Amino acid sequence: MNRILLLAIAVALPLSLFAGRVWIDPASTPNAPLIVMELRLPRALLALVIGAGLGASGAAMQGYLRNPLADPGLFGIAPGAALGAVCALFLGLGAAVPLFALAGAGGAMALLALIAGRRGSTTLFTLAGMMIASLAGALTSMVISLAPNAFAMSEIVSWLMGALTDRSWPDVVMAVPLTLAGIGVLLLAGRGLDALTLGEQAARSLGVSLGRMRWLLVVGTGLAVGSGVAVAGIVGFVGLIVPHLLRPHTDGRPSALIVPSSLAGALLVLVADMLCRILPLVTELRLGIALSLIGAPFFGWLLLKMRREIV
Amino acid sequence: MELTLQQATVAARMADVSATFAPGTITAICGPNGAGKSTLLAALAGLLPLDAGSASAAALPANERARRIGFLPQTGEVAWNLSVQALVGLGRLPHGDSAAEPVARALAAVDLTDKAQRPIATLSGGERARALLARVLAGEPQWIFADEPLAALDLAHQRSLLGHLRKAADAGAGVVLVLHDLPLAMNYADQVLVMQGGSLFTHGQPEQALSEQAIADVWKLPARWLGEKGARGLSI
Repeated sequence: MNRILLLAIAVALPLSLFAGRVWIDPASTPNAPLIVMELRLPRALLALVIGAGLGASGAAMQGYLRNPLADPGLFGIAPGAALGAVCALFLGLGAAVPLFALAGAGGAMALLALIAGRRGSTTLFTLAGMMIASLAGALTSMVISLAPNAFAMSEIVSWLMGALTDRSWPDVVMAVPLTLAGIGVLLLAGRGLDALTLGEQAARSLGVSLGRMRWLLVVGTGLAVGSGVAVAGIVGFVGLIVPHLLRPHTDGRPSALIVPSSLAGALLVLVADMLCRILPLVTELRLGIALSLIGAPFFGWLLLKMRREIV
Repeated sequence: MELTLQQATVAARMADVSATFAPGTITAICGPNGAGKSTLLAALAGLLPLDAGSASAAALPANERARRIGFLPQTGEVAWNLSVQALVGLGRLPHGDSAAEPVARALAAVDLTDKAQRPIATLSGGERARALLARVLAGEPQWIFADEPLAALDLAHQRSLLGHLRKAADAGAGVVLVLHDLPLAMNYADQVLVMQGGSLFTHGQPEQALSEQAIADVWKLPARWLGEKGARGLSI
């Protein structure tokens, strides 16, 4: 499966470099190398790396919560990062958005540690994450409502919708290592996630330290999702859909799902971003909106399917 | 190596239990609902923090403990629809390998070799219980701890699994089972612990620990043992 996904990425990547409002023909378009190298290549790489981070985090998070409806936003890390970014925009520090977003992600992680403690149960941990998510959401709304002028407000709101427009190499240089490190940390948790399939007590009996595994997850998700939010805003549903679609094609172990999910997440965001650019709308469709438009109906379909299974 | 509990106490669930378990034997833990049987098993396996007292298994490093003690909880939870083979393979986690032979032997022991590739959700309740037990066997532990492993099984599979556990005990493994079925405990165990209200009521040979008087005291039932030693039945 990994090979098929890599092949699909290999096909989609060059396509995304040439596709857009202006289709590039290397032979005739003026400044083609410049456009591809300075605009489209960094954008495509960011799409890949953000999708990879979201896919891997979603797979790990579903494994940890033993629930196919879990999503990387549940720990409050993405909303924390968004809050940080919004604060930067509020203060008029547009260039510092990624830094503030990472600080926000770090703050959410620290708060999670403070509340859940070292021995907290999965339930306590999840509830703490949800509390942080709703607090960060409320504070974000508050910052928007306090925006000094209409321009700042619209800048914040449109940033929150998630997009990869006008991103450049410095963003890539920041996001790639952080996301890859995050995915690496999540892979370390794979063995523990497999054991957790049998419940917390059985996992402990198999020699797994639940506390250590939990922190691998928080740090891995913090790096992978936090850096994604820092450069692209909130991009939803990737972490929910991708692991769910791939699970039937694996042997079911959470650890077997992390790498394929990161590849498929990368592919999904790359393709979604390409569609955003191609669609003939007055302004470019925001990536976050596009993915939610794909994601929400999928979620509904999932619920309908679950309802049938329960009946 | 023996496993011991010394005055082990878990708040509100178990008080002041001391017991020694020897390898090479089958021990049954019996008692009414809520008597503390599962708590005793988990504490003995070193999986529960004790409020007082000590458990020798808890002193082992986590991975060493996991290799020595295979533990089957009562819940039988399997969160994802693993194949039987992948599920049983989880028993190899403490060894950090995915050795095929122990997994195949475990599958054969529970009579599931032909269903190795089936997703767990397609199994019947009894087959699922056997697959979960095979997961423990695949780790080839020195100790096999199981909480009600036989409850979902038909008579033939109960007997065949008990036979398998006896073979493991004869080969030197220590087997500790929580059992509700008193005749099974009477006929198959070497030692029986009877729990009541979080305390150890009595322990010893099955004839003594599960005497008609003990059953009357603990279960509040007038019961009579019928039949020969090794094939007893309980009339209530």
